[in-house]
Amino acid sequence: MKKSYLSKTNWVNFATYGMVIIAFVVMQLMGSAGMLSSTIRGQLVPICAYVVMALSLNLTVGILGELSLGHAGFMSVGAFAGAVAAAALPISSAPLRLGAAMLIGAVLAGLVGVVVGVPVLRLNGDYLAIVTLAFGQIIKSVVENLYIGMDAKGLHASFLENRITFTDGGRMILNGPMGVNGINKISTFTAGFVLTMIVLVVIFNLVNSRAGRAIMALRDNRIAAESVGINVTKYKLMAFVTSAAMAGAAGTLFALGQNTITASKFDFNMSILILVFVVLGGQGKMWGSILAATFLTVLPETPAMRELRDYRMLVYAIVMILVMLVTNSDKLKGLAGRIIPKGKGAADNG
Amino acid sequence: MLIFLNHLINGISLGSVYAIIALGYTMVYGIAKMLNFAHGDVIMVGAYICFFAISSFNLPPAVGILLAMLVCTLLGIVIERLAYKPLRQATSLAVLITAIGVSYLLQNGAQLLWTSNIKMFPSFFPGQPVELFGGELKITVASIVTVAVCVVIMLALTWFTGQTKVGKAMRACSEDKGAAQLMGIDVNTTISVTFAIGSALAAVAGVLFCSVYPNLTPTTGSMPGIKAFTAAVFGGIGSIPGALLGGVLLGLIEIFASAYISTQLSNAIVFAVLIIVLLVRPTGLLGKQIREKV
Repeated sequence: MKKSYLSKTNWVNFATYGMVIIAFVVMQLMGSAGMLSSTIRGQLVPICAYVVMALSLNLTVGILGELSLGHAGFMSVGAFAGAVAAAALPISSAPLRLGAAMLIGAVLAGLVGVVVGVPVLRLNGDYLAIVTLAFGQIIKSVVENLYIGMDAKGLHASFLENRITFTDGGRMILNGPMGVNGINKISTFTAGFVLTMIVLVVIFNLVNSRAGRAIMALRDNRIAAESVGINVTKYKLMAFVTSAAMAGAAGTLFALGQNTITASKFDFNMSILILVFVVLGGQGKMWGSILAATFLTVLPETPAMRELRDYRMLVYAIVMILVMLVTNSDKLKGLAGRIIPKGKGAADNG
Repeated sequence: MLIFLNHLINGISLGSVYAIIALGYTMVYGIAKMLNFAHGDVIMVGAYICFFAISSFNLPPAVGILLAMLVCTLLGIVIERLAYKPLRQATSLAVLITAIGVSYLLQNGAQLLWTSNIKMFPSFFPGQPVELFGGELKITVASIVTVAVCVVIMLALTWFTGQTKVGKAMRACSEDKGAAQLMGIDVNTTISVTFAIGSALAAVAGVLFCSVYPNLTPTTGSMPGIKAFTAAVFGGIGSIPGALLGGVLLGLIEIFASAYISTQLSNAIVFAVLIIVLLVRPTGLLGKQIREKV
């Protein structure tokens, strides 16, 4: 039995890798043949960022079984750290600078994840949802009051009001509520593809490792897992911080593909949007998150759907409630079970 | 000194509104063990109903408030029946995601129905502010009414949960649903009653909140909702006196932080307090430490 379980998981994993690679190659070919509209081309980098965000939130929601409502906050940390780093780093090669900025964004978001996670993940219950929600608001207020500039002497920062005085040749990078302007757009679709692949490799290897099994055991039955000696806080923190770091990298990718970013872009609505991707794609199903993030980003941009734009979030809310009711209510599950025969075992964690 | 007193009064008044909202969270959490994220948006619906009753239909304010309470009570019961009841046996994650869905549904529904334009909530508390110290300290009627309403609600709820049959059933359900059911308590009705009371309180809170901060939009409810939840956790979730204590403390922290530290950072400070409380005392100030049985 064990062997067939592993091979099925592996099959799903390889199919997911294949799907991403094929999508990348097809888009590249279509792009070089001039078959993509400018709207779609402009959406490629944000789509990659949203896909990575959805994957990273799925690690927290689907694998760890906790809810983070401040995922946009980690994205924000990554976005602003990455934007400042990209402007300040003396690396001339754009891909290298992007990579370094992403690394800085990921590390910083991961560190913030530790700060948020350590007090909260010791507790049981829904506290993580509330604290991450609060954290998202804190990050927004902090970034809106942060001023960072650079001159020949290096970086200068001030908080609450702009007190930066420059020697000659200085310029502002992060300008409080106005955010970062005039970003040098160095994010490319290829970079987004590479980041998506790295994130997938990390998630699949984590899930199929000893640590990953411990994390999923915590999700399924915390008390039983604790009684066989699994360190609850350690494994919860491991999953959560990994997820936060990935969100940070996604934030950098997103920011460096835009002209301007402001803190208000990464608000509660963004966190909910990412949650919709995860819920709709299926908790714990990475391929589902990729598809949901892609289609829900592209669909509202198509001309047919533009008319319905006002109803978009309303529809998302209804879909989210219905998905939860159908997958969790005993009555509805029994109904669905009669129509669709049960699969063999619960090998859903691909 | 007078400025300090002024901030103190404002803080207590704002804190009383938070306390009324926090009661809704605490009661629902106590009985259904779930975070009702949509509670904040019920506040917004209540405020809109009262707004339209007063300004579009020219009804007297008292009727407007009663109407808002009625609509919110029904809304609370409908939400519970349609969205939360089928998930009684589901994981807390599923319930939480559903609650967020409901919250979002209410916000976006309100946006479509009433647009996102700011509506100015009418101030309907008559009379001049009470003047103390030769007119240097003014206490508005709105803040006196808010504090009084909060105290009355608190006393009424303490009596209700302690003395009445339904209140005792609520306490029994929050202790042990299975045992309560065996004793002949209708658990589903009891949970519905809890949602009804919480939502009616949310309507009152919405009206009181908007008479202090009159800008009414579909997202009006979310911030006070989150802060009131913070207050409920602060005071100890599940505890009625805890909600009062947490609410008032949070109101004071918010007003003093924006007066003496920084206006822009007052929200951040409020939430930082939440994180510190969870770090030091996860069950809140008045919360009971519940031991887990395996």
